[in-house]
Amino acid sequence: MNSRARGETWLWIAQRASAAVLAVCVVVHLGTVIYAVRGGLTAAEILGRTRGSLGWLAFYALFVLAAAVHAPIGLRSVLAEWLGWRGPSRDAALLAFAVLLAALGMRAVLAVFA
Amino acid sequence: MTDIRARNHPSYWTFVVHRVSGIALALFLPLHFWALGQALEGAPRLDAFLAWSAQPLVRLAEWGLVLALAAHLGGGLRVLALEFLPWRDWQKSLTAAAAAATLAVGLAFALAL
Repeated sequence: MNSRARGETWLWIAQRASAAVLAVCVVVHLGTVIYAVRGGLTAAEILGRTRGSLGWLAFYALFVLAAAVHAPIGLRSVLAEWLGWRGPSRDAALLAFAVLLAALGMRAVLAVFA
Repeated sequence: MTDIRARNHPSYWTFVVHRVSGIALALFLPLHFWALGQALEGAPRLDAFLAWSAQPLVRLAEWGLVLALAAHLGGGLRVLALEFLPWRDWQKSLTAAAAAATLAVGLAFALAL
Protein backbone atom coordinates (compact mmCIF):
# COMPACT_ATOMS: atom_id res chain seq x y z
CA MET A 1 0.00 0.00 0.00
CA ASN A 2 1.43 3.41 -0.92
CA SER A 3 1.61 6.21 1.63
CA ARG A 4 -1.39 8.05 0.20
CA ALA A 5 -3.62 5.00 0.44
CA ARG A 6 -2.30 4.35 3.93
CA GLY A 7 -3.19 7.93 4.90
CA GLU A 8 -6.73 7.50 3.56
CA THR A 9 -7.08 4.26 5.55
CA TRP A 10 -5.99 5.95 8.77
CA LEU A 11 -8.43 8.82 8.19
CA TRP A 12 -11.22 6.27 7.66
CA ILE A 13 -10.31 4.51 10.91
CA ALA A 14 -10.05 7.84 12.79
CA GLN A 15 -13.48 8.85 11.48
CA ARG A 16 -15.14 5.60 12.65
CA ALA A 17 -13.31 5.56 16.00
CA SER A 18 -14.22 9.20 16.72
CA ALA A 19 -17.81 8.46 15.60
CA ALA A 20 -18.06 5.64 18.14
CA VAL A 21 -16.83 7.95 20.94
CA LEU A 22 -19.13 10.76 19.76
CA ALA A 23 -22.17 8.45 19.64
CA VAL A 24 -21.91 7.96 23.40
CA CYS A 25 -21.03 11.64 24.07
CA VAL A 26 -23.90 12.96 21.94
CA VAL A 27 -26.49 10.78 23.69
CA VAL A 28 -25.28 12.15 27.05
CA HIS A 29 -25.14 15.71 25.63
CA LEU A 30 -28.66 15.62 24.16
CA GLY A 31 -30.00 14.27 27.46
CA THR A 32 -28.19 17.04 29.38
CA VAL A 33 -29.37 19.74 26.96
CA ILE A 34 -33.03 18.69 27.13
CA TYR A 35 -32.82 18.47 30.93
CA ALA A 36 -30.94 21.80 31.29
CA VAL A 37 -33.12 24.02 29.07
CA ARG A 38 -36.27 23.41 31.12
CA GLY A 39 -37.09 26.73 32.76
CA GLY A 40 -34.37 28.56 30.78
CA LEU A 41 -30.58 28.49 30.93
CA THR A 42 -28.59 30.52 33.44
CA ALA A 43 -24.85 30.83 33.94
CA ALA A 44 -25.30 29.85 37.62
CA GLU A 45 -27.06 26.63 36.63
CA ILE A 46 -24.49 25.67 33.97
CA LEU A 47 -21.47 26.56 36.10
CA GLY A 48 -23.02 24.97 39.18
CA ARG A 49 -22.99 21.69 37.31
CA THR A 50 -19.54 21.94 35.72
CA ARG A 51 -17.29 23.98 38.07
CA GLY A 52 -14.84 21.76 39.90
CA SER A 53 -16.37 18.60 38.43
CA LEU A 54 -13.57 16.32 37.22
CA GLY A 55 -16.16 13.99 35.71
CA TRP A 56 -17.63 16.69 33.43
CA LEU A 57 -14.10 17.99 32.69
CA ALA A 58 -13.01 14.55 31.46
CA PHE A 59 -16.27 14.04 29.55
CA TYR A 60 -16.19 17.39 27.73
CA ALA A 61 -12.42 17.16 27.02
CA LEU A 62 -12.97 13.77 25.34
CA PHE A 63 -16.06 15.12 23.52
CA VAL A 64 -14.15 18.16 22.19
CA LEU A 65 -11.15 16.14 21.01
CA ALA A 66 -13.34 13.54 19.28
CA ALA A 67 -15.28 16.34 17.53
CA ALA A 68 -12.02 18.07 16.50
CA VAL A 69 -10.98 14.82 14.78
CA HIS A 70 -14.40 13.99 13.33
CA ALA A 71 -15.62 17.30 11.86
CA PRO A 72 -12.56 18.07 9.66
CA ILE A 73 -12.45 14.52 8.24
CA GLY A 74 -16.16 14.78 7.41
CA LEU A 75 -15.68 18.16 5.74
CA ARG A 76 -12.80 16.66 3.72
CA SER A 77 -15.24 14.53 1.70
CA VAL A 78 -17.73 17.39 1.39
CA LEU A 79 -15.05 19.76 0.02
CA ALA A 80 -13.88 17.14 -2.50
CA GLU A 81 -17.31 16.00 -3.68
CA TRP A 82 -19.30 19.24 -3.61
CA LEU A 83 -16.62 21.90 -4.21
CA GLY A 84 -13.96 19.88 -6.05
CA TRP A 85 -11.32 21.04 -3.54
CA ARG A 86 -8.67 18.32 -3.09
CA GLY A 87 -4.96 18.11 -2.41
CA PRO A 88 -2.52 19.59 0.10
CA SER A 89 -4.17 23.05 0.31
CA ARG A 90 -7.48 21.50 1.40
CA ASP A 91 -5.77 19.23 3.92
CA ALA A 92 -3.75 22.12 5.36
CA ALA A 93 -6.93 24.20 5.76
CA LEU A 94 -8.67 21.27 7.47
CA LEU A 95 -5.73 20.70 9.79
CA ALA A 96 -5.96 24.37 10.77
CA PHE A 97 -9.72 23.89 11.36
CA ALA A 98 -9.01 20.85 13.57
CA VAL A 99 -6.51 22.85 15.63
CA LEU A 100 -9.00 25.74 15.91
CA LEU A 101 -11.77 23.40 17.12
CA ALA A 102 -9.48 21.70 19.64
CA ALA A 103 -8.13 25.04 20.97
CA LEU A 104 -11.52 26.83 21.20
CA GLY A 105 -13.13 23.68 22.57
CA MET A 106 -10.56 23.10 25.32
CA ARG A 107 -10.75 26.81 26.19
CA ALA A 108 -14.53 26.44 26.62
CA VAL A 109 -14.11 23.27 28.70
CA LEU A 110 -11.66 25.04 31.03
CA ALA A 111 -13.89 28.14 31.15
CA VAL A 112 -16.82 26.18 32.62
CA PHE A 113 -14.59 24.04 34.88
CA ALA A 114 -12.34 26.62 36.52
CA MET B 1 -25.56 10.46 -12.15
CA THR B 2 -28.01 13.25 -12.84
CA ASP B 3 -30.91 10.80 -13.23
CA ILE B 4 -33.30 11.88 -10.48
CA ARG B 5 -34.67 8.32 -10.20
CA ALA B 6 -31.25 7.12 -9.05
CA ARG B 7 -31.43 9.54 -6.14
CA ASN B 8 -35.03 9.65 -5.05
CA HIS B 9 -34.98 6.83 -2.51
CA PRO B 10 -34.71 6.71 1.33
CA SER B 11 -30.98 5.88 1.41
CA TYR B 12 -30.13 8.89 -0.76
CA TRP B 13 -32.18 11.26 1.42
CA THR B 14 -30.59 9.73 4.52
CA PHE B 15 -27.20 10.58 2.99
CA VAL B 16 -28.28 14.18 2.24
CA VAL B 17 -29.61 14.69 5.78
CA HIS B 18 -26.40 13.25 7.24
CA ARG B 19 -24.22 15.50 5.11
CA VAL B 20 -26.18 18.74 5.56
CA SER B 21 -26.55 18.20 9.34
CA GLY B 22 -22.81 17.46 9.55
CA ILE B 23 -21.91 20.69 7.73
CA ALA B 24 -24.26 22.70 9.97
CA LEU B 25 -22.75 21.18 13.12
CA ALA B 26 -19.16 21.74 11.94
CA LEU B 27 -19.88 25.42 11.24
CA PHE B 28 -21.73 25.83 14.54
CA LEU B 29 -19.01 24.28 16.75
CA PRO B 30 -16.55 27.24 16.76
CA LEU B 31 -19.44 29.60 17.71
CA HIS B 32 -20.62 27.20 20.42
CA PHE B 33 -17.12 26.96 21.94
CA TRP B 34 -16.60 30.72 21.68
CA ALA B 35 -19.91 31.37 23.48
CA LEU B 36 -19.06 28.99 26.34
CA GLY B 37 -15.64 30.64 26.57
CA GLN B 38 -17.49 33.80 27.68
CA ALA B 39 -17.57 32.17 31.12
CA LEU B 40 -13.84 32.96 31.39
CA GLU B 41 -14.88 36.57 31.88
CA GLY B 42 -17.30 35.69 34.65
CA ALA B 43 -20.88 34.45 35.07
CA PRO B 44 -22.49 37.87 34.24
CA ARG B 45 -20.85 37.80 30.81
CA LEU B 46 -22.22 34.31 30.14
CA ASP B 47 -25.65 35.41 31.40
CA ALA B 48 -25.59 38.36 28.98
CA PHE B 49 -24.97 35.94 26.12
CA LEU B 50 -27.73 33.59 27.35
CA ALA B 51 -30.16 36.54 27.49
CA TRP B 52 -29.29 37.35 23.88
CA SER B 53 -29.88 33.71 22.92
CA ALA B 54 -33.44 33.79 24.33
CA GLN B 55 -34.71 35.62 21.20
CA PRO B 56 -37.22 33.61 19.16
CA LEU B 57 -35.03 33.37 16.05
CA VAL B 58 -32.01 32.22 18.06
CA ARG B 59 -34.25 29.69 19.82
CA LEU B 60 -35.42 28.42 16.46
CA ALA B 61 -31.81 28.07 15.27
CA GLU B 62 -30.95 26.21 18.48
CA TRP B 63 -33.85 23.85 17.91
CA GLY B 64 -32.58 23.26 14.35
CA LEU B 65 -29.10 22.48 15.69
CA VAL B 66 -30.43 20.03 18.30
CA LEU B 67 -32.42 18.38 15.52
CA ALA B 68 -29.29 18.32 13.31
CA LEU B 69 -27.29 16.72 16.14
CA ALA B 70 -29.96 14.05 16.69
CA ALA B 71 -30.23 13.42 12.94
CA HIS B 72 -26.45 13.16 12.55
CA LEU B 73 -26.29 10.76 15.51
CA GLY B 74 -29.05 8.59 14.03
CA GLY B 75 -27.52 8.64 10.56
CA GLY B 76 -24.06 7.95 11.98
CA LEU B 77 -25.24 4.95 13.99
CA ARG B 78 -26.85 3.68 10.79
CA VAL B 79 -23.53 4.00 8.90
CA LEU B 80 -21.64 2.21 11.69
CA ALA B 81 -24.25 -0.56 11.76
CA LEU B 82 -24.11 -1.02 7.97
CA GLU B 83 -20.31 -1.12 7.92
CA PHE B 84 -19.62 -3.21 11.00
CA LEU B 85 -22.66 -5.44 11.46
CA PRO B 86 -23.73 -8.15 9.01
CA TRP B 87 -27.51 -7.41 8.88
CA ARG B 88 -27.75 -5.38 5.68
CA ASP B 89 -31.37 -6.34 5.02
CA TRP B 90 -32.26 -3.93 7.78
CA GLN B 91 -31.10 -0.87 5.84
CA LYS B 92 -34.52 0.72 5.41
CA SER B 93 -35.51 -0.08 8.96
CA LEU B 94 -32.35 1.71 10.14
CA THR B 95 -33.28 4.79 8.13
CA ALA B 96 -36.73 4.75 9.70
CA ALA B 97 -35.24 4.25 13.18
CA ALA B 98 -32.84 7.17 12.65
CA ALA B 99 -35.71 9.41 11.52
CA ALA B 100 -37.87 8.35 14.47
CA ALA B 101 -35.09 8.99 17.00
CA THR B 102 -34.46 12.43 15.45
CA LEU B 103 -38.14 13.36 15.72
CA ALA B 104 -38.30 12.14 19.30
CA VAL B 105 -35.32 14.29 20.34
CA GLY B 106 -36.67 17.29 18.41
CA LEU B 107 -40.04 17.02 20.15
CA ALA B 108 -38.48 16.53 23.57
CA PHE B 109 -36.32 19.63 23.12
CA ALA B 110 -39.24 21.69 21.77
CA LEU B 111 -41.37 20.73 24.76
CA ALA B 112 -38.55 21.48 27.20
CA LEU B 113 -37.90 24.96 25.77
